[in-house]
Amino acid sequence: MALACFHCALPVLEPGRYRARLLGAERELCCAGCQAVAGTIGAAGLEGYYETRTREAAPLEPFARDIPEPRGNEAALILDRVRCAACLWLIESRLGSLPGVTRAQVNYATQRAHVAWDPARTGLREIVAAVRAVGYDAYPYESGRAEALQRREARAALWRLFVAGFGAMQGMMYAFPAYIEPVSGDTLELMRWAGLLITLPVLLIACRPFFEGALAELRNRRLGLETPIALGLGGGYAASAWATVAGTGAVYFDSVAMLAFLLLLARHAEGAARRRASRALDPLLVPAAAPLSPGDAVSVAPGARVPADGIVLEGRSSVDESLLTGESMPVVKQRGDALVGGSVNLEQPLSMRVTRAGADTHATAIARLVERAAAAKPRLVQAADRVGRALTGIVLVSAALAALAWRDVWVAVAILVATCPCAIALASPIVLTRAGSGLLRRGALLTRSQALETLGRVTDVVLDKTGTLTSGALSIRQTVLLGNESAARCASLAASLEATSRHPVARAFASFSAMEATAVKNHPGEGVEGAVAGKRLKIGSARFCGVPRQIEGERTVVYLADENGPLAAFVLEDPLRAGVAELVAFLRRRALTLHLLSGDREEVVARVAERCGISIACAGMTPQGKFDYVARLQQQGRVVAMIGDGLNDAPVLARADVSFALSCGADASQLQADVIVLSNRPASIAATWDLAARAMRLVRGSLAWALAYNALVLPAAALGLVGPWEAALGMGASSLLVLLNASRPLSARLPWNRSTSSSRSPSPSYS
Amino acid sequence: MESLYLLVPLSVALVFLIGALFWRALQGGQFDDLERPAHDVLADDDKSSP
Repeated sequence: MALACFHCALPVLEPGRYRARLLGAERELCCAGCQAVAGTIGAAGLEGYYETRTREAAPLEPFARDIPEPRGNEAALILDRVRCAACLWLIESRLGSLPGVTRAQVNYATQRAHVAWDPARTGLREIVAAVRAVGYDAYPYESGRAEALQRREARAALWRLFVAGFGAMQGMMYAFPAYIEPVSGDTLELMRWAGLLITLPVLLIACRPFFEGALAELRNRRLGLETPIALGLGGGYAASAWATVAGTGAVYFDSVAMLAFLLLLARHAEGAARRRASRALDPLLVPAAAPLSPGDAVSVAPGARVPADGIVLEGRSSVDESLLTGESMPVVKQRGDALVGGSVNLEQPLSMRVTRAGADTHATAIARLVERAAAAKPRLVQAADRVGRALTGIVLVSAALAALAWRDVWVAVAILVATCPCAIALASPIVLTRAGSGLLRRGALLTRSQALETLGRVTDVVLDKTGTLTSGALSIRQTVLLGNESAARCASLAASLEATSRHPVARAFASFSAMEATAVKNHPGEGVEGAVAGKRLKIGSARFCGVPRQIEGERTVVYLADENGPLAAFVLEDPLRAGVAELVAFLRRRALTLHLLSGDREEVVARVAERCGISIACAGMTPQGKFDYVARLQQQGRVVAMIGDGLNDAPVLARADVSFALSCGADASQLQADVIVLSNRPASIAATWDLAARAMRLVRGSLAWALAYNALVLPAAALGLVGPWEAALGMGASSLLVLLNASRPLSARLPWNRSTSSSRSPSPSYS
Repeated sequence: MESLYLLVPLSVALVFLIGALFWRALQGGQFDDLERPAHDVLADDDKSSP
């Protein structure tokens, strides 16, 4: 084990060259950058960082991006490369000790720093430079205004929750004596007035969103979920207040406050779940410090995010694209390779030319697709929404009727409060958002959430061969010598002939050294002939080469011959992609009928089908043939999922009930499919299946619970069997239950992800 | 029972007082970040963070 850098834990290649005195001893460091950072930390008296940190610092390289100087003297900075709490402490202390900085605060939850400074003494440029000097990076966050808005909203939500909760507690104190024994007139009146006073702020402050919502619904003349809530809360309070003033009748201030509290709690939980789910997309949308435009040349330091889509101009490094593909293994990038904005450069500095920036990048397109998918509801959820709206109408009418029939406003309030159409509406958006970001983590991009529902009904899976089950890259499996040349010589001769060919077969020979071939002539569908090293050679089918078929069977065989006769036969094979066998096994466990459709020859297709265990295989299919095949299955009442590569199979994918497109490096936003497999791994398809089943189970469970509860409670309340407090408790509890159900983990059993990513080729350069 | 005439208004006043205190704490940013201050005690530092 090599000596590790004291700052960033990379191996020290030149011991003794870079050192710094830290924590009372000389420490070995890996590079000048770490030495500068460690020196700054030590000189500023912040060595405590090394004692309290729980992870080593991110490897770094001086960063050369310019920061525009903002107007004003305050900014929010998004901090990058932060690894643990000690990092934040370090940044905050460093900023706080800078001359001219009047305030510096680092928020752990959002990993953002807020700084204010004296413009006469310092500027944002110096502040960001100071953050970089201790080994992190900072981007200014859009003028801090969005930030302020978000904070104000968070504070208002907490304030409402507190008022409602505290009011409910205190309201109960004044209501409680009357529940256990009759209280005499004066004392009772005192308690009621106290309850009225305590509940007033609950109604005015905490319940404002409900009243505002109901008002908006009224203005749009659309029955919504807020109307019955607002009526129930307002009616309950008004009736209780009237009873207090008049001195007769029942009083339920405690129930009103409790209802408000439970509802707000449910909303709070909903908001938190939503924010958690959408936080997965945040890193995709990290704004570049300076606006970039196509053509710009940018350098990307190790540990930094790639700011836009582009092409590597210089350097070689491995890049973590897990955010975009779900693939946890870093990918090696060198000159000419495409870089995707939002991925993280891991090792060496890269310089890149921007091809797409800002809102046009791949990452932004993905984030938009995910958001769109979560916003478009599956049919089941749409139906539930309609039921919810219908229920609102039923509730309002039956409340009015019951109030007339019973001549008691409390029955109407109980109906309004006890029924809970909101439980129907609340659950599914959260599950859908969570499913979308959960799938993205597993390398699958869901573009239509209807797919989640349809996947559960799928009976048949149609798979494409080339690019889906096999990689499409032929390789030599066996060389049979037929003449008296060596195998290496034969392969070299074949490579020479095929050097200029674009046929898939040619790629199998690409790795062998080629000689110069003259008079090369291509015979499409048959083979290639030409002269190499003074000999006339032919490569291709047995007939083309004029040799009798030597090898029977279902494989692709290419013959090489010279004027005197055959030299060799190459048995070529298109290897199955990693994870295909597991995917097929997974689909078969689900008792799905599998079909393999391919344009390839009968024997080849049959062999692939046999190798991965698919019973029905059709060869020689044209795209139109595939389309008709899927249509025929659908006419028989089958629900068809199609897995194919997104470019060639686009019409078939569109025809299928659910479609998976393997991106194969193509631009994901251009592919038309319900699920785009960004990781290009079959395992992501299995993961989608599993996650969809679980997500739909959660949605169905929540809907069933909400419907059953409402169906039960509406008649009971109309019959006067449910008191206001029972109604409030029932409604609040059912909302909370539905929300908690919707927050259950979506990935209970997903061995796919871990097993496949760890079994892939070893990491390129982490030692 | 007469004590209630004093205690109930007193408790109502107390509720509003506590509400006002919470409001002040909230606006002062006490609840904006509930994670970082917990790590502050671990940092061996004489300067208290703002």
